[in-house]
Amino acid sequence: MTEIPAPRHIPDRLDKPLSSAIFSWEALLVVVAVAIFAINSFSSPYFLDPYSLSDLTFNFTEKGLIAFAMALLIISGEIDLSVAAIIALASTMMGMAVQAGAGTPVLVLIGIVVGLGCGAFNGLLVTRLGLPSIVVTIGTMSLFRGIAFIILGDQAYKGYPESFTFFGQGYVWWVVSFELVLFLIAAIVYWLVLHRTSFGRRVFAIGNNPVAAQFSGVRVSRIKFILFCLTGLMSGIASVLITSRLGSTRPSIAQGYELEVITMVVLGGVSILGGAGSILGVVLAAFIMGLVTFGLGLLNVPGIVMSIFIGLLLIIVIALPIVWRRLHGGR
Amino acid sequence: MKAFLKYREIWLLAATVVLIGLISTRFPAFADPGNLRQVFNDTSILMILALGQMVVILTRSIDLSMASNLCFTGMVVAMLNAAHPAIPIPLLIVIALVVGLVLGAINGLLVWRLNIPSIVVTLGTLTIYRGATFVLSGGAWVNADKMSPDFIGFQRAAFLGIPVLSWIAILVIALFFVLMTRTALGRSIYAIGVNPTASVYAGIDVGRTKFIVFCISGMIGGLSGYLWISRYVIASVEVANGYELNIIAACVIGGISIAGGIGSVGGAVLGALFLGIISNALPVINISPFWQMAISGSAIILAVVLNARSERQQGRIILRKVEAVT
Repeated sequence: MTEIPAPRHIPDRLDKPLSSAIFSWEALLVVVAVAIFAINSFSSPYFLDPYSLSDLTFNFTEKGLIAFAMALLIISGEIDLSVAAIIALASTMMGMAVQAGAGTPVLVLIGIVVGLGCGAFNGLLVTRLGLPSIVVTIGTMSLFRGIAFIILGDQAYKGYPESFTFFGQGYVWWVVSFELVLFLIAAIVYWLVLHRTSFGRRVFAIGNNPVAAQFSGVRVSRIKFILFCLTGLMSGIASVLITSRLGSTRPSIAQGYELEVITMVVLGGVSILGGAGSILGVVLAAFIMGLVTFGLGLLNVPGIVMSIFIGLLLIIVIALPIVWRRLHGGR
Repeated sequence: MKAFLKYREIWLLAATVVLIGLISTRFPAFADPGNLRQVFNDTSILMILALGQMVVILTRSIDLSMASNLCFTGMVVAMLNAAHPAIPIPLLIVIALVVGLVLGAINGLLVWRLNIPSIVVTLGTLTIYRGATFVLSGGAWVNADKMSPDFIGFQRAAFLGIPVLSWIAILVIALFFVLMTRTALGRSIYAIGVNPTASVYAGIDVGRTKFIVFCISGMIGGLSGYLWISRYVIASVEVANGYELNIIAACVIGGISIAGGIGSVGGAVLGALFLGIISNALPVINISPFWQMAISGSAIILAVVLNARSERQQGRIILRKVEAVT
């Protein structure tokens, strides 16, 4: 009944035998994803259309990009609730630049730099002053979005240049959107970083035991700082995509995204207590959330009812293995 | 420890007084007792909610679903009132408490029986409860003209010159004060936050206490549901959207440590009042209300920085004592 987690099994190798792969979290997610896909294609004739499926990807690519960085951050035992506010602030700054007559390359640069700066600000507060990240980022969440509100009030920025629309609305090839390509590239990069580099192993080490990691020569503060910067950076990139897709900026842009991103990460099997998780799981969770929202959308289910399904999915997918293990008397 | 806690609240109280002083230099009528009573009344719901959140945070948990619970319960009582205006208000309040309790118990059971981290459980129920409000109402609003005069008027009625809403807040504050300082449950809540393992050895059922804590925050969410709807006289799916973070912000400003075990009723009340004063003062001193979000954000960050510093000092003092003994 105590909160203290059991010591986790940390394997020397990442390659597991096939038997464990079948019962893994990712396998469960694949089953869920296939099931939802099948239900969707039976219930709506419009679902299995390449253009529909392409539209579907816009439901998760922007949030998914942030979810990769957030996964690393949560694995290291921290959290960032300010990601949606960073999107709002970065988008507002891009809007200001447009009014000043900035071109597309400058806009993209501003979005990314503002995101990175906000992430660094979070990182400094958490690592330099040793503050709990959940509270710091609740504060910066109000602060960042608050600045957007001060600048914009009830106004909106419009008039983004024609070439800027490519990032959120453009297609690279046939129905494959730029956003989807970016999402897949980011997935591969983050997979490599987390599962194939010593940096990734350090992130896991910090999440499992920050004190032991520190004594093993891991620069805990520096790595956490980098992770906050990464999360800010990805939020900045997401801000460019969303602003480009919507073509306008209001201070309420991307409201509530932070909880959806965290839901995605947790659904992907990342332990909210830190120390465990995989990028593949997050990719699958992103697909599942996209499938659920899009499939229900085709059936004319309102967005708010979809959120019930997402919430139930989150709790059930996490509760299921626990109940199952208990019924079978623990392994 | 006790002296230390008082120390923190005195500082917060001083900050609040300074804030009121600063505002009254720009707008003298703000410090008028009548206006301060008004500010207290305006902040009542946030104070009540912050107290409910406080007991949860003290046990190292968090309840993100309070605002959704408020929204759902508010819709239930509003629809009941619209359909059966004859139901007396005290009974409606009891219904609100029970509905809130059930929603809180669902959170509590998932945390207690399945050991799922509370942030995950309440992240899920946050969306579920708000979605359930939509299913319940079919997306329709319950407007002022459908509510009975009693439903709207109950909390506005003055008793000894103070509205009933303020009296409810005072009553809840008193109940929480007794709970936290004079009952075994209150002490267990602190014990779990300070050291869950030691609490188990001290004979405290940690899981069950967490369940009770979520029931309390659920009941508070339900009560606030009725208070909110009858105050702003509209029940919709959008009610209190995103408010869960304001509640946590009030707790944080009130010096309640997110790591559990540290915090007091006075702190939570002052934290909520601090936010209430800011939101009430901005319009009267001619600052655009759009500044409010950034100001409360800065207040949260400042509060965390100050709290963290005092917590660290506390650690050093204990070490010094140990050294002196050995």
